[in-house]
Amino acid sequence: MGPNGSGKSTLAQVLAGRETYEVTRGEVLYEGKNLLEMAPEERACEGVFMAFQYPVEIPGVSSAQFLKAALNAIRRARGLEELDAMEFLALVKQKFKVLGVDEKLLHRSVNEGFSGGEKKRNEIFQMALLEPRLCILDETDSGLDIDALKIVASGVNGLRSPGRAILVITHYQRLLNYIIPDYVHVLVDGRIVRSGGKELALELEEKGYALIEGGAGAAAPGRR
Amino acid sequence: MVAVTLAKDRYLENFDRFARVSAGSGQEWLGLVRQAAIARFAELGFPTIRDEDWRFTNVAPIAQASFARANGSGAELSPRDIDQFAVPGLVGPQLVFVNGRYAPRLSSPGSLSDGATVSSLAQAFTDARTVLEPHLARYADYARDGFTALNTAFMEDGGFVYVPRGRVIEAPIRLLYVSTETADPIVTHPRNVIVLEEDSQAVIVEEYVTLGAEVYFSNVVTEVVVGQNSVLSHYLIERDSEQAFNVSTLRVQQGRSSNVASHTVLLGGALVRNNVHPVMAGEGSECLINGLFMATGRQHMDNFMRVEHASPHCDSRQFYNGILDGRSHGVFSGRIIVHKDAQKTDAKQTNKNLLLSEEAQIDSKPQLEIYADDVKCTHGATIGQMDEGAIFYLRSRGIAEDAARALLLFGFANESLERMKVGPIRKYLEALVTQWLPQGKLVEES
Repeated sequence: MGPNGSGKSTLAQVLAGRETYEVTRGEVLYEGKNLLEMAPEERACEGVFMAFQYPVEIPGVSSAQFLKAALNAIRRARGLEELDAMEFLALVKQKFKVLGVDEKLLHRSVNEGFSGGEKKRNEIFQMALLEPRLCILDETDSGLDIDALKIVASGVNGLRSPGRAILVITHYQRLLNYIIPDYVHVLVDGRIVRSGGKELALELEEKGYALIEGGAGAAAPGRR
Repeated sequence: MVAVTLAKDRYLENFDRFARVSAGSGQEWLGLVRQAAIARFAELGFPTIRDEDWRFTNVAPIAQASFARANGSGAELSPRDIDQFAVPGLVGPQLVFVNGRYAPRLSSPGSLSDGATVSSLAQAFTDARTVLEPHLARYADYARDGFTALNTAFMEDGGFVYVPRGRVIEAPIRLLYVSTETADPIVTHPRNVIVLEEDSQAVIVEEYVTLGAEVYFSNVVTEVVVGQNSVLSHYLIERDSEQAFNVSTLRVQQGRSSNVASHTVLLGGALVRNNVHPVMAGEGSECLINGLFMATGRQHMDNFMRVEHASPHCDSRQFYNGILDGRSHGVFSGRIIVHKDAQKTDAKQTNKNLLLSEEAQIDSKPQLEIYADDVKCTHGATIGQMDEGAIFYLRSRGIAEDAARALLLFGFANESLERMKVGPIRKYLEALVTQWLPQGKLVEES
């Protein structure tokens, strides 16, 4: 969590490999490998997944075509057999059922004409299908009504497992009523200034970031 | 300039002999139309870039070239030779033309009941004069355009489709034009006439392909009359040789409450001009004008739309997507004309272009001419490179960069194909488009 401009989305994008960001120092170790040395698709194949804050519309490319291409690329990288059209369909339909996604989605162009909530839900669906080991949700809850929020939350909760880390970036405590976090970190000005349990989110909700930002100087002495 | 005059003179010189020996030469009404057209061509000649409608397209290579008339070569082709042009899953009447002439042995017109007709135009000159005469050359205006005048003067063969009142022909009717290797480069003037009477329906697929021919010139005019409450889909698939010239004019006359879809895919040709000109003459008619042009090398593809709203309550939708690679040059001119009485017009136009190389070029020119006061007209054009955000999105899902680019390009082309309702044609075009793409294999594999 953290106020606007604190670097939350930047962190997510850098982890996913967005090339508009140049990392000048340091490394990002993920399962013993430096993520920063990998292309975005390599990171995805290693199990990194970012749910976009603003999922991209891709007219003319059906969700079926897109999902199959993604799934098989990742399966290839993991040394698994690629799925043929039938196997793919069977798997997708099964996942659709769990998340309550309409099968018609498969024939629609990726995100095209989707409402904000549909786009976010589609991100969660992709996550469920690709089974990443590090999930990064970049403000997936922003702009969602309570129904959409519950769907997103149940998707995330369904993926929780000891072998999977989930990083949820949010401004709002509300999502955390449905996704109970193990840890809450507060990012201010590019630094984690406080860490705690789920109570920290409640405290932030009550007192706002001002208090924490005020104390951030002490927590991060290098900061001007 | 001397050369231009010479080429034009050659057409004029050839006309008299042509008029004596060509199909339908015994018919006075037809003779008069041809005479009037050649007289007009003598005045108009070929357009030049000083002509506003031809600003971006220099037809000197056509005007200066000396094309021979087709002399019936290619008649030896067997059905096997054209197997490669079959559309999987497409069942319906098919007329095949070799170097502009109807090839009965290669064709399967089928037998339509209830008075519907699918035949060659040459045959229709004699057999279907009562249908043909009131419509032929009434809509495609040879007084205004040199190429149309030339076609009208030299028209001899093509597809003729007549659908009587109340008749629905579900199976697409395909007109396949095959160009074969000839001793000298030839010119053909295919003329297609499609007449749908009231409350009827048909699908026409016009396609231009090459079988070893390199340099040739197809000067096509397709006249379509769509009666009241009738539904027509027209497909133009142009995949000529990369040295060929193709000037094609689709002129559609729409009756009241009619519904027309024009789909165009340009893939071949050195110089291609695609004129699409619907006139919504009857109240409450609708028109979809959907196109995709993909050029590379030194190809030049000019799409010239002239959409006329001549009656109230008509809707038109134009969507043209262009992909330009190499040193190719694309043109999109979209003119919407709303006549004085065409109140409640709803006209929309979108032209999107992707430039894949530094040298590729596109000229996009929307134009609105509105003479009514209660209308809704919008137009928009975009020219750009591939969306890096979309590429990143695909890559972040594990798709390699080259495959992501191929998939996005396919998607851009597929936006046009998705608007086509005939499944086998859409699939056929998906395959052709995928083949065209620089990394098309990656789309197939994904």
